[in-house]
Order: sequence, then structure tokens, then C-alpha cells
Amino acid sequence: MSAFSKSPWVVHYNCNSCNGCDIELLACLTPMYDLERFGVLNVGNPKHADVLVVTGSVNHRNAPVLKNVYDQIPDPKVVVALGVCTSTGGIFAECYNVLGGIDKVIPVDVFVPGCPPRPEAMIDGFVKALGILEEKRGGKDTGSAEKPTITLFPPAVE
Amino acid sequence: MTRQTIIPFGPQHPVLPEPIQLKLVLEDKKVVGAIPSIGYIHRGLEKLAQQKDYIQSIFLIERICGICSFLHSMAYCQGIEEMMNVEVPPRANNLRIIWAEMHRIHSHLLWMGLLADSFGFESLFMEIWRCRETVLDIMEETAGGRVMLGVCTVGGVRRDIPPELIKKVLATCDELQAHFDHFIPSILNDYSVKQRTVGVGVLTKEVALERGVVGPVARASGVVMDHRVAKYGAYANFDVEPQIEQDGDCYARSKVRVRELYQSLDLVRQSVATLPEGEFNIPVKGNPDGEVISRVEQPRGEVLYYLRGNGSKFLDRMRVRTPTFANLPGLLAMIPGCELSDVPVIILSIDPCISCTER
Ligand code: SF4
Repeated sequence: MSAFSKSPWVVHYNCNSCNGCDIELLACLTPMYDLERFGVLNVGNPKHADVLVVTGSVNHRNAPVLKNVYDQIPDPKVVVALGVCTSTGGIFAECYNVLGGIDKVIPVDVFVPGCPPRPEAMIDGFVKALGILEEKRGGKDTGSAEKPTITLFPPAVE
Repeated sequence: MTRQTIIPFGPQHPVLPEPIQLKLVLEDKKVVGAIPSIGYIHRGLEKLAQQKDYIQSIFLIERICGICSFLHSMAYCQGIEEMMNVEVPPRANNLRIIWAEMHRIHSHLLWMGLLADSFGFESLFMEIWRCRETVLDIMEETAGGRVMLGVCTVGGVRRDIPPELIKKVLATCDELQAHFDHFIPSILNDYSVKQRTVGVGVLTKEVALERGVVGPVARASGVVMDHRVAKYGAYANFDVEPQIEQDGDCYARSKVRVRELYQSLDLVRQSVATLPEGEFNIPVKGNPDGEVISRVEQPRGEVLYYLRGNGSKFLDRMRVRTPTFANLPGLLAMIPGCELSDVPVIILSIDPCISCTER
């Protein structure tokens, strides 16, 4: 790992989230879970950031804002999507003002499932994102993450 | 005439965890007006609640807002229970208070940390959020979730708190009190904190009444208003004294919330001490019919639920008036006349929760 992926700066954008994911993300940055030990720093300016963290699904109003924030981040960049809302719309999937997952607007590198995901899961997602960031920096095309699928009825356990 | 400049504040802004946009009108460095523009996180939840049956809706309603999730489900369940004439067992009522007051503690701590962050007091922010984890831990142990508890249901609660855990709840209260005594002097007495909060964003009592603000914002302006004195649920057994301040500035709002932290600890203790034996939920049959208004005091103020049933398992209409929605007009009255650098502190001082405002 190079110095680059040891100090990834993160910018957070809240799309349509219910706050559950946001406060868990903030909890990740505080002493109990302490993402800062991986060099992760929360910044406010997308132009300083390497990682975009998104919570919540998109609607007509915030989709352009999300795209704008994404475009302002310099390459190479990775996108971490927290919560089921970001992949499908989650519990709000059927709402009239929800377009669906954020992958409709920007490419996503890591999906972290959960409603809200536990901070441990989020840290796991970040660590994975750092690997991808490093690969991207080496010029490799990592593609985008496979989207989790909704299983309304989980398969029966034998 | 001085030239006016308009600066957009948000929707993506470092101090705002949530997207709201304010267009600030500036004359030199003074802010003379603010034009809000919302809709960034409107989902259409009220409509969805009419398409799910009234039990499924509980889980949806918890996700109106991740911070006061339990209190939302509690307000909704109270409304449905009133419609269906369900008598909630006393033990369930007391358990609800325990979780509700723990939510208030965690929400006020969250707010206090963000306030410290907004004027750049990073170490205080970390300290407060470390303390907040104690509350989350005990919530996880008693209910199974850190922020989304999912324990409230129509007819009671879904889980009991067994005696061993009750002891732990009490131990946590003592631990929290020690934490509070440690960092609260910095919020109230620190010179640099006071410089940023005293006299900033004043809301007088007249304006507060005129704009209909609720919760700590109203109480800090001298309006005696706390729905807990209306004695819903198990609050009937306790005396809740509304915490009033007269100054109406950011400092007064901090003081009100600080005192409420201790008050909530006290309520948790009282509720544990008087916890009755017996059932913690009862089976509910039938469907809601009629219309009710259910009100609950949340950390940010009073929430109002309007529910109308039609005898089927789907509700005809569900409408929520959330506290931040009531506090936004108050916020717009606080901003004119302040410096641009005070705007983040003033916005945070009303403890905005945009996701419940827009649903
Ligand atoms: S995934 Fe769950 S907790 Fe996260 S924003 Fe969506 S509804 Fe809220």
C-alpha cells in the first residue's frame, strides 16, 4: 500500500437517507470505532476527497447534486454506498418520489448492506474501498460493484 | 443602498449532516435574510404508509428519522391503540419510557457533539460522542439495535427487559452521570464556547409564540411547553418539570438541553424503580377505525400524528407534523442580523432533523 491509500479523505453526501446511516457513519469516525486509525478523515470539500460516501436513495431533486459532488472529486475515486437504501431504495423503494439506488446516477464500488449497517460493517466496506482505490491508482479498471438483489422471501433452509 | 450578495448554504455542507439549502442574503458581512429551499430528501413516506398494513407501517415509521426512531413508533402506536381502545399493560408503558428517555439522551448528546464540531471544538465532539456510545450499547443490549430498535408495537413492546439487564441499565445511568459531570462544564462555562453561543441567534418569547416553535427552542425562549406534562403513557406516574430559560439565544438552548439530559436520566431511574410486574404486550385483534391525533414530546419538540382508519387494515390517511418543521420558521427569525460565521451554530442550535421534516 502506498501513502496515498493510507490517508483517504472522505466526503459524505446524504441523499434520501433517514439519518440512521448518517449517524452510524459519524459514530465510525469517533473514538469507539475510530476510522481515523486508517487515516480516514472526513472533509467537507469534494475537491479534497478521494472517497465519496453516500447514504440514501436518489430522487429527482438530489440526483443532480449527487452527480455534481461526484464529478468534483478528482480521479482516482471510489464510491462507498451505505445501507440498503443506496442499492435499491430499501424500505422506501415503493415511495413515489424515490428513483431507486444511487447506481442509477453514479458508479458504485462498494455496497455495504444493512439498515442501518453496523459500524463494523462500514469499516469493512472502507477497508475494501481502500484496496480498490489502490488498484484504480495503478490504472486497473475495477468495474463497478455487483448490486445486491432483493429477496422478498429468503430461500428455505433445509 | 448597500449591495446585497446571495450565498448558497448547503445542500452539501461540512457542518450539516443533512441536506437543506438556505440562500443567505448578505450585506457586507451581516446576514439580512435567509430563504430556505427544501425537498432534497422528500421520499413520500406518508403515502407509502397508506399502502402497508398498520403493523408493517411501524417499521416504516421508525425510519422517518433515525435519531428519534423509537419515539416516532411510540407516537404512532399510541394513536393506533387509542383508535382501537387497547389498554397497554403498565409494564410496557414503563419500558417505553425507558427507551424513549434513552433516545432523548442519545439525541441530545449527538446534538451537543455536532454543536461542538460546528465551532471547531473537535476534542469535545469526540468526548461527547464517546459518551454517547454508552447509551447505544445499552440500547443494543436491551432492544437489539443501536439506532433502529424496532421494539414498539401496537399493544405494548416486543421485548421485555429482564432483571439482570435492568441492573445494567441502572449502572449505565450512573456511568452516564459521571460522564456528564465531566464534560458539561466545558459546554456551559468554557470561555471560547460562550463567545460563540451567548447572545447569538436570539429568539424572543413573542416571536417564538408567533412562529409556533416547539421543544427546547420554545423552552429556551421562556415558553412553558413540554408535552410530557400532559401525562401520556406512563408519564402519568411521574412529574416532569419543563426546563425553562428566558434568554432565547444559543446558550440558553444549550442550557435547556443540558438540564434535560439529567432529567431524562432521572426519568429512566424512576421508571425502573416503579417497573410493574406482569405482561409486556397483549394480543390485538381487529382493525383501526375512526380518527385520532397522537402527540409525543420528542428530543426536538412535540410531534403530532394524525391517523384516520377505515375499518380495514390499511389506514386512510397518516399525517406527521414533525418538530423541525415547526422550528424552521423560528430559525428564519433568528438568522437576520447575525454574522456569516455564526450561521452554522445557529442552524445547529435548533437541532434540525431534515429527514423527518421532509419525510
Ligand atoms: S438503509 Fe435504513 S437506516 Fe439507512 S438510510 Fe435507509 S432506511 Fe435509514
